[in-house]
Amino acid sequence: MRDLRVAFPTTRGMTEVVHGISLSVGAEKLGIVGESGSGKSVTARSILKLLPPSARISAEELRFDGIDVLRASEREMRAIRGKRAGLILQDPKFALNPVMTAGAQVAEAWRTHRRGTRKEAAAAAVELLAQVQIRDPGRVAGLYPHELSGGMGQRVMIAMMLAPDPELLIADEPTSALDATVQAEILRLIEDLVSRRGMGLILISHDLPLVSHFCDRVLVMYAGRVVEELRANELSDAKHPYTRGLLNCLPSLLHRKQRLSVLARDPAWER
Amino acid sequence: MSDSALRSWLLSDTPDSRRQAAWGRAYRSWLRFRVNPLGMAGLVIVVALLIASLAAPLLAVQSPDVQHLTLRLAPPSAAHWFGTDELGRDLYSRVLYGGRITLGMVLTVVVLVTPIGLVVGALAGYLGGMADRILMRITDIFLSIPQLILALAFVAALKPGVTSAVIAIALTSWPPIARLARADALTIRGTDFVAAIGITGASRMRIVFRHILPLCLPSVIVRITLDMSGIILTAAGLGFLGMGAQPPTPEWGTMIAATRGYILQQWWVPTIPGIAILFASLAFNLLGDGLRDVLDPKQT
Amino acid sequence: MRRLRALAASVASVPVTLFGLVLITFVIGRVVPIDPVVAIVGDHAPPQVIARVRLELGLDRPLPVQFVIYVNRLLHGDLGRSVMTSHRVTTDIAHYFPATIELATAAILIALAVGIPLGVFAAAKGGSRFDHFVRVISVGGQSVPVFVLGMIFLLVFYVKLGIAPGTGQQDVLFEGMVPRVTGMHIIDAALSGQWDAVQDGLAHLALPALVLGYFSLGYITRMTRAYMLDALHSEHIITARSKGLSAARVLWVHAFGNVAVGLVTVIALAYANLLSGAVLTETVFSWPGLGMYLTVSLLNADMNAVLGATLVVGVVYVGLNLLADVAYRLLDPRVR
Repeated sequence: MRDLRVAFPTTRGMTEVVHGISLSVGAEKLGIVGESGSGKSVTARSILKLLPPSARISAEELRFDGIDVLRASEREMRAIRGKRAGLILQDPKFALNPVMTAGAQVAEAWRTHRRGTRKEAAAAAVELLAQVQIRDPGRVAGLYPHELSGGMGQRVMIAMMLAPDPELLIADEPTSALDATVQAEILRLIEDLVSRRGMGLILISHDLPLVSHFCDRVLVMYAGRVVEELRANELSDAKHPYTRGLLNCLPSLLHRKQRLSVLARDPAWER
Repeated sequence: MSDSALRSWLLSDTPDSRRQAAWGRAYRSWLRFRVNPLGMAGLVIVVALLIASLAAPLLAVQSPDVQHLTLRLAPPSAAHWFGTDELGRDLYSRVLYGGRITLGMVLTVVVLVTPIGLVVGALAGYLGGMADRILMRITDIFLSIPQLILALAFVAALKPGVTSAVIAIALTSWPPIARLARADALTIRGTDFVAAIGITGASRMRIVFRHILPLCLPSVIVRITLDMSGIILTAAGLGFLGMGAQPPTPEWGTMIAATRGYILQQWWVPTIPGIAILFASLAFNLLGDGLRDVLDPKQT
Repeated sequence: MRRLRALAASVASVPVTLFGLVLITFVIGRVVPIDPVVAIVGDHAPPQVIARVRLELGLDRPLPVQFVIYVNRLLHGDLGRSVMTSHRVTTDIAHYFPATIELATAAILIALAVGIPLGVFAAAKGGSRFDHFVRVISVGGQSVPVFVLGMIFLLVFYVKLGIAPGTGQQDVLFEGMVPRVTGMHIIDAALSGQWDAVQDGLAHLALPALVLGYFSLGYITRMTRAYMLDALHSEHIITARSKGLSAARVLWVHAFGNVAVGLVTVIALAYANLLSGAVLTETVFSWPGLGMYLTVSLLNADMNAVLGATLVVGVVYVGLNLLADVAYRLLDPRVR
């Protein structure tokens, strides 16, 4: 992906929210970090062309394994979506279809990309639910999303995205709607599945230490731009004042501070 | 003040007074409304109808009641733009005067109904509990009969005529408004600012009338504009069934009822007041639709 | 369990509403300026007769007592006698109501078959030219007076083009040929195997059903579009699309699947509102239904018939709303 730009129409004309982002992912774990509104989600969704039709996407280059995403037809995109790249959204409460059972939603994903009978799909769904470490998957398959807990819902979501066995998994803040204890479990599950299946992962989050812990590489975004790219283990060597500012704001048990720092912003970062 | 100075005063992001803030907000709504072609069409027709009705004596070519029995059922011509009816009366003049009656009925109903609906709804929503349950049950009962049929029964009991029609329509029009105001009041009641006002010691009545009622207004205004179209249709329907305005009053529905037998030969005679009804009701629907997009985007 | 309790609560509110309904018709019946006694015995009856009938009707008693008598009679299924037809009002209503059901059902089917696809596609292509076109159609349906549309349809399709039959439910040819079973003419004709009568009945039904159908089309299209827009903007649609589903499947299974249950309520309300429109449509098309019975009774100041018909319409309305409520609670997995 080179020089991605995304703009949305507002009352005062088009407003660009992503100003030229370039990135590439292989079979690795890439983290994208930034605060709310920095353009992380929009960037991730534009890879699969999942933005609302009013959005204007442009890029020098936007390829998925040689396929030009910008020029690809809906049909070609459908072959990528799900089948080759899955997307996990933030809150399973809203991201799952409330009037379909968990099992039916997983089975649907399976059946769309691998031809099979309904029965096979249902069996595969239960098998997938078991793979995401749901106890009693047969029962959970028959439940509706509102009957699931947040962590459980997110596991269903993951199972659904794993169903067609994709090469890339995009996780858009997969844990920020969950309780702290469940967060770690879900991340460990994702990490485990990704490395076992040799998939690429794009993990989007606002939690810098968490991302650096799980990923190989980290992109730091601010106001629609990448301000810094780091190897995860070199985080402490961050040069950009924004990244350092973010790190400074964190409480630490080793280095006690009287008061947590507040990020001082510099308009120059936006240029 | 020059135009551009006025504009920047209105669009200021940091208004100096409440008045400036209020005008600024209204101006911004207007800017958004202006770009909606259907809404603007509605507004233009409504304004045109209002002007035409007010100026009916000036615009009409003759009194709506003057009969020319030799000139019955004449087709449209230079002398009679819309032709003449079964008694040789000029249809153009009658349609103009009919606008006065229809719009007069609609406005009277709105003036009667809006305060009732607002107060009942806001009280029910804010007070909750028993008061809410009783008020909403009453609302439900009135909502449980289709408007036209309930209005028909009321008119039958009173005696056909414009006054009874207005009363009947008013009696059947307040419940939807009360429902809407209640839903708004329920939401507003839970907000922090209402709690804050309560803590400062404002009385419950003050909270309802000064703080909750005004905030229910936008959605109620939208609803009422859309309802006006329904009121026009109900009034015309009553007239058509002989239960509204009585001949020779030039009410549009009544005019159609009197001349519907001529539909086969002199089709324009009953059709022209029909088009007038369509225009009036369409205009309020379009206006309400446009207003909704600006004032109350969530409502359907 | 909670689902059952909520259901019980909505069922329990029905008697209260019905009681209110009865109270309204009672009050209307008492403020009426026409003396019910004179309406029965005529203007020229001797005073003794008037006094006797007044006593028989219990009109000398205080109002609360009269109300109790009224309710008691209603509970025994007695709506009084129609002055005009001199039948029991219940008999009259049973005679006229099926024709209205036939008309209203045909109308709602037309409105659904056209309105739902229009609303769904308008929402899918929000802001497009098609969306604006649908908006104009649906606003038109809500703005056009049904009696004017009915007259124009008659003028165009019957008089000018000659492709539709005139008013009424059937051709004179078939008058008295179809034995009455359900009261719904077309069904009765089919039951007796007279297919030419069925065809004739359908032809007569077409125009009034189209007129009445357009009346609810506007409402159904508008609500479908609004619900669909809401559904299409929810997160789970992004999920569905990211699974690689076809656009049609996302639209109809995932988005429409979520609004279908909500539409049940809309449809019930639209159907109930058709009863209003039916009064005017039946008058224009001389359709022998409850609406025409109501208007003819109104013009003859036949208050028993008017109030009886009003009450029946109210009960049907309440029943439909209850049905929608129950269906909604049973069908939607989200309502617990």
